[in-house]
Amino acid sequence: MIYADNAATTKMSRTAIDAMLPYMDEIFGNPSSLYEVGQEAAKALWMARERIAACIGATPQEIYFTSGGSEADNQAILSAAHNGEKKGKKHIISSAFEHHAVLHTLKKLEKEGFEVELLDVHENGMVYPEQVADAIREDTCLVTIMYANNEIGSVMPIAEIGAVCQEKKVLFHTDAVQAAGHLPIDVNEQNIDLLSLSAHKFHGPKGIGALYARRGVLLENLIEGGAQERGKRAGTENVPAIMGMAAALEEACSHMEEDNKKLLGLRARLIEGLSKISHSALNGDAKSRLPGNVSFCFEGVEGESLLLLLDDRGICASSGSACTSGSLDPSHVLLAIGRPHEVAHGSLRLSLSSENTEEEVAQILQAVPEVVDYLRNMSPLWKDKVSGKKEFVL
Amino acid sequence: MALYSEKVMDHFRNPRNVGSIENADGIGEVGNGKCGDIMKVYLKIDDDIVSDVKFETFGCGSAIASSSMATEMIKGKPISEVLQLTNQAVTEALDGLPAHKLHCSVLAEEAVRAAVQDYYDKKGKE
Repeated sequence: MIYADNAATTKMSRTAIDAMLPYMDEIFGNPSSLYEVGQEAAKALWMARERIAACIGATPQEIYFTSGGSEADNQAILSAAHNGEKKGKKHIISSAFEHHAVLHTLKKLEKEGFEVELLDVHENGMVYPEQVADAIREDTCLVTIMYANNEIGSVMPIAEIGAVCQEKKVLFHTDAVQAAGHLPIDVNEQNIDLLSLSAHKFHGPKGIGALYARRGVLLENLIEGGAQERGKRAGTENVPAIMGMAAALEEACSHMEEDNKKLLGLRARLIEGLSKISHSALNGDAKSRLPGNVSFCFEGVEGESLLLLLDDRGICASSGSACTSGSLDPSHVLLAIGRPHEVAHGSLRLSLSSENTEEEVAQILQAVPEVVDYLRNMSPLWKDKVSGKKEFVL
Repeated sequence: MALYSEKVMDHFRNPRNVGSIENADGIGEVGNGKCGDIMKVYLKIDDDIVSDVKFETFGCGSAIASSSMATEMIKGKPISEVLQLTNQAVTEALDGLPAHKLHCSVLAEEAVRAAVQDYYDKKGKE
């Protein structure tokens, strides 16, 4: 099997698994208990908080463990919005191609009377600081722009956007789910007030994530109950998963440079090879891009068929976001960068990890053109384009 | 993938009757690129019997499988029977489709009907 869907989820690293095991076994205690097995878990929990904070330049008091990236996004956005509302500020700036955890939360806020402004992401899938500066108003309470896009891999100028927000004294949240463990993060240097991350995107366990909230940013509870997470997120802490997340993030950050060097080489080969397919186009900025992301549209074919045939050849990939696979509409991300519906249906995302090899890339480069060709040969849409009855888009 | 039945996967992987028919007696094309599904059915009709049928499809796994199954179900059948083909019958023959993919079987039914209509239209003009 060639696993090329690391933006959907990653295989857990051995280090992360090993870090978790003792906390399901002998150190099983509840961190809130005062006897030794509980206190040992509490100590480990604190250390995990310190280690995660260190990876993003935060303090441990600024880290809140959540069930994952979606919960962190929800809590960050709802908190910032409702804090703003108290001061009469009900304008929120975001972008058209955020993850649904952000967009759907913003939709909810719109129903509460907030005004949400979604910035254009251009053909290359980028949001620029000038756009944010132009959009900020007196009543803006939050700017939420993702660090890197999960489908097309473009990486936003987060530090510059953060600087604009800081200058204008507006809270800045970034969904860094695709970036954490893959790109450097420093919440102070990058002027980030709120940040979401998810462990299973960097070889940690599923079902665990974290919200970084700068000291002084008041959080609103999504889950009421006990006093865990300084009263901001009730529920007994998932100690094993948190230990796995800390180990995975530390490991990813310590290998980041060499991993990315390797990934950039594999990515370049894939992009070069797939570009040779006629009437195809790379999605997302060619330079400001996640090291492991390759996203293409192929005209005249439909993405799901493409995925099923690649699966038959042992290649695991994705078409748009995995979250959209239950719906019929093409990816909102591809529509946001201006791909017409018909072309957006024919997208392929390959997301690599440092475990992928040159050999696997060669196999992918063998398989994709063959599969695209096969599907085009049975596609009436493709035939109409070849015969000149319809125009090519790409 | 557990998304689809084995029947669907079989018809997707080994689609029957793929291609086109030169000088077809009836051609039906339904769907559009915007929705992500286009089906085109070609019929050869002799003595009111579908002597040959081919299809071309741009679409997902279930769209390709539905077209394949529908063409198989009408091949060799008299037009009167062909017109009784329903999307339910196509779906059942495929051992079911996920709810959000049922429209693919509807498209297959519509493509077949459109091809028969085209045959009648052409015949009427002769």
